[in-house]
Amino acid sequence: MTVRRLAEKQPASFEFTPENRAWCDDQIAKYPLGRQASAVIPLLWKAQAQNDYWLPQKAIEKVADMLAMPYIRVLEIATFYSMFNLEPVGKYFIQLCGTTPCALRGANDIKAVLEKRIGEQKHVSADGNFAWLEVECLGACCNAPMVQINDDYFEDLTPDSMNKLLDDLAAGRPVKVGSQIGRTASEPEPGKSTTLTDATLYDGSVVGAWRTRFDEARAAEKALAEKAAAEKAAAAAAEKKA
Amino acid sequence: MLADKDRIFTNLYGFQSPSLKEAMKRGAWDGTKYLIDQGAGWVINEMKASGLRGRGGAGFPTGLKWSFMPKPDPARPSYLVVNADESEPGTCKDREIMRNDPHLLVEGCLIASFAMGAHACYIYIRGEYIAEREALQRAVDEAYEAKLIGPNNVHGWPFDLYVHHGAGAYICGEETALLESLEGKKGMPRMKPPFPANMGLYGCPTTVNNVESIAVAPTILRRGASWFQGFGQKNNAGTKLFCISGHVNKPCNVEEAMSIPFRELIDKHCGGIRGGWDNLLAVIPGGSSVRCVPADLIIDCPMDFDSLSKLRSGLGTAAVIVMDKSTDIVRAIARISYFYKHESCGQCTPCREGTGWMWRVLNRMAEGRAQKREIDMLLDVSQRIEGHTICALGDAAAWPIQGLITHFRGEIEKRIDQYAANPHMEPLRIAAE
Repeated sequence: MTVRRLAEKQPASFEFTPENRAWCDDQIAKYPLGRQASAVIPLLWKAQAQNDYWLPQKAIEKVADMLAMPYIRVLEIATFYSMFNLEPVGKYFIQLCGTTPCALRGANDIKAVLEKRIGEQKHVSADGNFAWLEVECLGACCNAPMVQINDDYFEDLTPDSMNKLLDDLAAGRPVKVGSQIGRTASEPEPGKSTTLTDATLYDGSVVGAWRTRFDEARAAEKALAEKAAAEKAAAAAAEKKA
Repeated sequence: MLADKDRIFTNLYGFQSPSLKEAMKRGAWDGTKYLIDQGAGWVINEMKASGLRGRGGAGFPTGLKWSFMPKPDPARPSYLVVNADESEPGTCKDREIMRNDPHLLVEGCLIASFAMGAHACYIYIRGEYIAEREALQRAVDEAYEAKLIGPNNVHGWPFDLYVHHGAGAYICGEETALLESLEGKKGMPRMKPPFPANMGLYGCPTTVNNVESIAVAPTILRRGASWFQGFGQKNNAGTKLFCISGHVNKPCNVEEAMSIPFRELIDKHCGGIRGGWDNLLAVIPGGSSVRCVPADLIIDCPMDFDSLSKLRSGLGTAAVIVMDKSTDIVRAIARISYFYKHESCGQCTPCREGTGWMWRVLNRMAEGRAQKREIDMLLDVSQRIEGHTICALGDAAAWPIQGLITHFRGEIEKRIDQYAANPHMEPLRIAAE
């Protein structure tokens, strides 16, 4: 549990753009009639995305009005879920995963870089570009250490690549999302894998191959039935003869 | 080693396209209608016979869970909810499924919903997985467009699939907290009973399953329960995604047969332990919630539910966190303790107060700034939290600490001795937070 409060300085109003408003209506339509409260997290998230990645009080009230929920219910959601930023976070909001699997792979070194370059946690840098926060497991443990910057994951970091990333972002240069050592996902080595090398998996030959199991079972069943029928017929014939 | 032809997730690393066309070439959506035509009873029996145990951590038999759903009632529609709130430290397997092989999951949702008489399914994905959510949504849209799912689809079972997302709360991975969150409330677990199968989402019968459990279902049905049973030891059937992180040479996700010995898993896929096998200190074999196991016990242990629970640990989500001898084990567990303090929802007092208390004590112990009698006190408190909360987060916070004290008490004592011999110059500051 953490204590989370609304920002002291609040904008006077909040309104969804017409585009986002239509998006919100689509979200609400996903849930059964009378259950529109289910859409509260997506709506708050959209409001936050529209408002430079932080959630002002007016946006919380707006969402409550749209979903016919009491303000306090939406406020408690905004303070409960840690992804809602209740204060301004700068142009690039960096969330560093500091939980044990990342810490084992050097998250503390990345943390030192952030402290040196940006300063204390939860503070926007002087140029308004950066703010950072140590968060709990972001679920990319095989690609540790990693940070999330706004929507994107940056994985397999080293202090050098983190420095470079910050330089590139500050200078407005394009950055590479995902693994910084060239991995596609979480394979053991960039582009190389100890498994899934069998080409027949990908040429379409697996399609339908499994049906033989059902055909064989059916054939066996049929053969058994035929055999039983033949035996029965033979027995009947033998009886007749007798 | 598991042969490639027996792997379910053939695009685990995203080397191929996740699109519908390519996924179909890899065998997804192949004969789904044929499987559905076999009937719901057949599907559930086949799942039961396959011995699939839930892949979300608890290992409850999936087929059995599906069979708990009551008969469909128009006044109370049934729901399938897929738990994609993957937040257990060490676990990153569902992420790869959702971004690289999403069609296996979408197809699984249809089949599972059909088997339990549900016409609607929600996938609850964690908020941080934004790219993954978009990838999954693309797959759902493709499936709608191809009329594979939707109110009027080619499979003859009207079915709607919605992607919903959270906003960064570990506790929403607990099934009833997830349902609360999906209903638009704070993610605070509910008391059980009533169980979700009777009173779940919107008060209707609901089954909550992990992504991996659902995504493997179509392949199991196609290839047969006996094929799946053929891997792993008794009661631990099948193939499993292992997420190996920490001090190995090449951390990776990999699909392997259950019951693969730890040494083989690491040597084959991860290039061994950093600094060699003699450098191994301890392993957390199932995500941060299970007790750690020291090197000598784990090296030849089969990685499955029963073998690991014999070591008083567990397979959990098969998130294998490896620690070599450079690790400050007390600090590593203290960091896990901080995680639970941060993620406790605050509903039950033992957990809300206890997680913070345990973290503060453990932090002092990491420095050595403690008394030896406090080790037993910590153990005692952890046992008073365990089993005294609504959900399992209290247990999950207690177990790593119990594992540490069982196996590394000497390490904590050594630190206390060192600190006592060389006390810090600054006065002690112990806040009564």
